[in-house]
Amino acid sequence: MKLTNTIFSGALCAALLTSAASAETLRWANVGDILTLDPYAHTESGTSSFLHHIYEPLVRRDAELKFEPALALTWEVIEPTRVRFTLREGVTFHDGAPFTSADVVASVTRLTHPDARARGNLAGVARAEAVDDYTVDLVLNAPDPLLINKLTGVFIMDEEWLVANDATLPGNTTTGVVTYASDHANGTGPFMLESRQPDARTVLTANPDWWDTPIHNLTRIEFLPINSDATRVSALLSGEVDVITPSPLQDTERLEAAEGVTPLQNPSLRTIMFGLNVARDELHGGPNGGTNPLRDVRVREALWRAIDMEAINSRVMRGKARIAGSIIAPPVPGYEAETDVKPDYDVEAAKALLAEAGYPDGFATNLDCTNDRYINDEEICLAIASMWAGIGVDVELTAQTRSNHFPKVDRGETDIYMIGWATLPAMDGFSPLSQMLATREGDYGGNNPNGYSNPRVDEITVMAASEVDNDKRIALIEEAIQIARDEIAYIPLHQQPLSWAARDNVEIIQFPDNYFRAWHYRVN
Amino acid sequence: MLPFLIRRLGQAFLVVLTVGLLSFLMFRFVGDPVVSMSREDATVAEREALRESLGLNDPVPVQFATFIGRAVQGDFGISYRNQRPVSDLIAERLPATLELVFAATVLALAIGIPLGVVTALRPRGALSNIVQGVSLVGVSTPTFVTGIMLILLFAVTLRWLPSFGRGETVDLGWWSTGFLSASGWRAIFLPALTLALFQMTLIMRLVRAEMIEILQSDYIRFARARGLPDRSIHYRLALKNALMPVLTITGMQIGGLIAFAIVTESVFQWPGMGLLFIQAVQFVDVPVMAAYLMFVGLVFVALNAAVDVTYALVDPRLRVRG
Repeated sequence: MKLTNTIFSGALCAALLTSAASAETLRWANVGDILTLDPYAHTESGTSSFLHHIYEPLVRRDAELKFEPALALTWEVIEPTRVRFTLREGVTFHDGAPFTSADVVASVTRLTHPDARARGNLAGVARAEAVDDYTVDLVLNAPDPLLINKLTGVFIMDEEWLVANDATLPGNTTTGVVTYASDHANGTGPFMLESRQPDARTVLTANPDWWDTPIHNLTRIEFLPINSDATRVSALLSGEVDVITPSPLQDTERLEAAEGVTPLQNPSLRTIMFGLNVARDELHGGPNGGTNPLRDVRVREALWRAIDMEAINSRVMRGKARIAGSIIAPPVPGYEAETDVKPDYDVEAAKALLAEAGYPDGFATNLDCTNDRYINDEEICLAIASMWAGIGVDVELTAQTRSNHFPKVDRGETDIYMIGWATLPAMDGFSPLSQMLATREGDYGGNNPNGYSNPRVDEITVMAASEVDNDKRIALIEEAIQIARDEIAYIPLHQQPLSWAARDNVEIIQFPDNYFRAWHYRVN
Repeated sequence: MLPFLIRRLGQAFLVVLTVGLLSFLMFRFVGDPVVSMSREDATVAEREALRESLGLNDPVPVQFATFIGRAVQGDFGISYRNQRPVSDLIAERLPATLELVFAATVLALAIGIPLGVVTALRPRGALSNIVQGVSLVGVSTPTFVTGIMLILLFAVTLRWLPSFGRGETVDLGWWSTGFLSASGWRAIFLPALTLALFQMTLIMRLVRAEMIEILQSDYIRFARARGLPDRSIHYRLALKNALMPVLTITGMQIGGLIAFAIVTESVFQWPGMGLLFIQAVQFVDVPVMAAYLMFVGLVFVALNAAVDVTYALVDPRLRVRG
C-alpha cells in the first residue's frame, strides 16, 4: 500500500511538473516588493500577506475571514493567563522537518525577543511552554480577548532550520541584524519559495505535501513588483501578468472596455475620515476671535453636513466607495448599522448650525491631507475644501506625502486632517477605541493627537481590553463607537474600495482586509 | 604631474563630501521614515523607541558624521526598505543600470551619427526637415511620457516587447547580465530607446553642426579640388574629425544618463539603481538615498577628473595653471 502510494504521488508530481509551464501559473503584479522574507523583521501588511503563502499561523482566517484552525487544531483557556493549543499532527516544513511544539516555542521566543521589529504583533504574550510534542501553552501577561486575532498574523518557523542556519535572532534594520531567514524561507504553507530577486521577481511553487486539501489549482506564483501604475495596467492589458494589485480607479473604464480583463472592486475595511483638533484654544489656520470652533459639536456637525459625499463618490471615486457614518466598517466586530448614519447633506442646515454656534460668517481652518496614501486622497480634500467654502469656512489645504503628513498630525500641528483606519491586523473594533478615541496616555491613544477625551470612552477602553466575555466586550465597543458618533469625534467619509484587476480566466476572491490569499484562487 | 593629481583627488573628495552633507540636509524634507516602518497602530512609545534606535533624534551634523564615519570603513548601513546592507544592494543593482546606460549609449551613437551625417549633407532635404522636427519633439517630451507611449505601442498594441522588467539574467560572478538571453535582449530595447532619445538628438545635432562646419573648411575644399570622391571626403575626412567632440560629450554624458535612468527605470520597473533610489525616496530610506547620491556624485567627479587628467596629459599648459 505504502509503495503504491509513493508511486501514485510520484506520478502526480510528474503530472504537476509537466503542467508547470501551462496556465496554472499565476502572475501577480503588485505595486511594491515585499520588505523581507523574515516574518518577524517587518510590520508591513503587504509583506505579511505575501509571506502567508509560505508560512502559516496557528489560526488562520477562512474565506469569510472567520477564524479556522491552521497549525493548531483546538485551543482553550485553561487559566485566565494560560491558553492551551493542540497542534495539528503530520505537518511538515518545506525542507521535510516535522512540525512540533518546539517550533511554536522557538517562534514565540524569536518574535517576543526585544529586538524583533514585529514583536508588537504578539504584545501581551510572555512566553510559550511545550507540554508535549503536540501541545503548547501560551502564557499571557494579562487576560487577552484578542489573542486569537493576534495569532492569525504570527507565522510559525522551524526551530531546527533557524538553529542550523544561525537565524535565531530576528532580523532588524535598526540593530543591523540580517540573517539567513531574510532571503530564505522554510514554512509549512501551501507554496514554497523557489527564487527571489528583490524588486524584480519572486517565484513560489505549490507545496505537494501541504496538510490541507487545496482549493486552488496553481502550480506556481510569480510575484512581480511593478511600481508605476501605468506600467502595471499595461502589463495586464498586454497579457504579461494575470492580476494587478492595486489597479488605479481612473483606469476602470479603460479596463472594462478592454477584452479579456475585468476590474475587481469591493469595499475594503479602510474607513477614510477627518480628525478634528480640539486640544488647542485657537486653530493654526486662524485666530477666529480667540476660539477653537472645532470644540463645538454644532460646528463639527455643520462641517459634516456640508460634505456632499454622493458627489465625491460619483466623481472622485467612480461610484466605488461606500459612504460611511461610523468610524468602522460593517465586517468589523463592534459595528452597528444604527451608528452608521451620515447626516443628510444640507448646506442651509449647516449654515444655520454655524450661526447658532456663533460663527455666522464661518471661520478659518487648515486642512491637511496625504497625496500618496489613500485612493484619490488629494482630490477628495480639494472637493471638500470647496464644499466648505460654500458655508463660509475658509480652508487652507496642504496635501503632501505621508512621511510628512503623519508626523505633522502626530505633533498636533494640524487642525483638520485626513486619516484612514482599517482596524488591522486585529480586525476588531477595539483598535479605533484604543488608538483613536482613548485619551493619549501610555499604550492608549497612539493615533489620538487631537485632544479628544471622554472619561466614559477611556473607562470602556480599559474594561474592553481585558473583557473575555465576547458579548459583553462587543457591547462595550458598540457603546464607545456610538459616543464617538454622537460627539462627532471624527468625521467619517467613506470606506475606500479595494481596486484590483485580473484576466478573465482567473478566479479571485477580494478580501476586505486587502490580503491576497492565492490558496483560494484558480486559473482556468 | 603628481601634485596636480593629488590636488584633483583632494577636490574630488571634497565634492563628494559636500554632496553627502547637502543630501543629509535635504532628507528632513523628505519625511519621517518611522511612518513607513511602524505598524499603523504602533503606540507613541514604540514609535519613539524606533526613532531613537535609528538615530533620527540626533542633530543632522551628528547623523552625517556617523554616516561618514561608517562609510569610510565601507559600511553604508542597512536599507530600511529592503532590509539588506546598502553596499550589497548597490553592487547588485549596478550591473542593471550600467547595461541599460551602455545599451542606450550604443543606440544613441548608432542612430544619432548617421542621422547627423544625413542632415548635414543635405541640410535642405525633406528627410532632414522631418528628422529635425521629430528630434525637437524627442528632446522636449518628458521621459516618462515617451516610455509610456512606447509601452502602449510595442507592448500593449503590437505585443512585440515586454513592458517591464529585465527578462532572464545570467550571473557571471557578481555581475548579472541580461545580454545572454533572448528575453534579456527583448526587455532592454524599450528602456534603452527611451533613455537614448535625448542623447540621440544631442549627438545628431552635434554631428550635423560639426560636419557642416568642417565641410566648409579649406582642407575639404582642397580635397574636392584634387578630385577626391565625395564618399571619401565625407566619411574619411569630415566625419572622422567631427566625431572627436561627439565622443568627448558622449563620455561626459554617461554620468547624466545614470542620473536620468531614475525615471526610465521606474517606468519600466528596471531593477537598477534608479529604481532603488526612487523607491527609497517614497519610503524615506535614508541609508539608500545617502549612499546613492554620494555614488552618483562620485561618478560625476570621477568622469570630470578623468577628462581633466587627459587634457592635462595632452596640453602641458594646464598642468602649470592647475
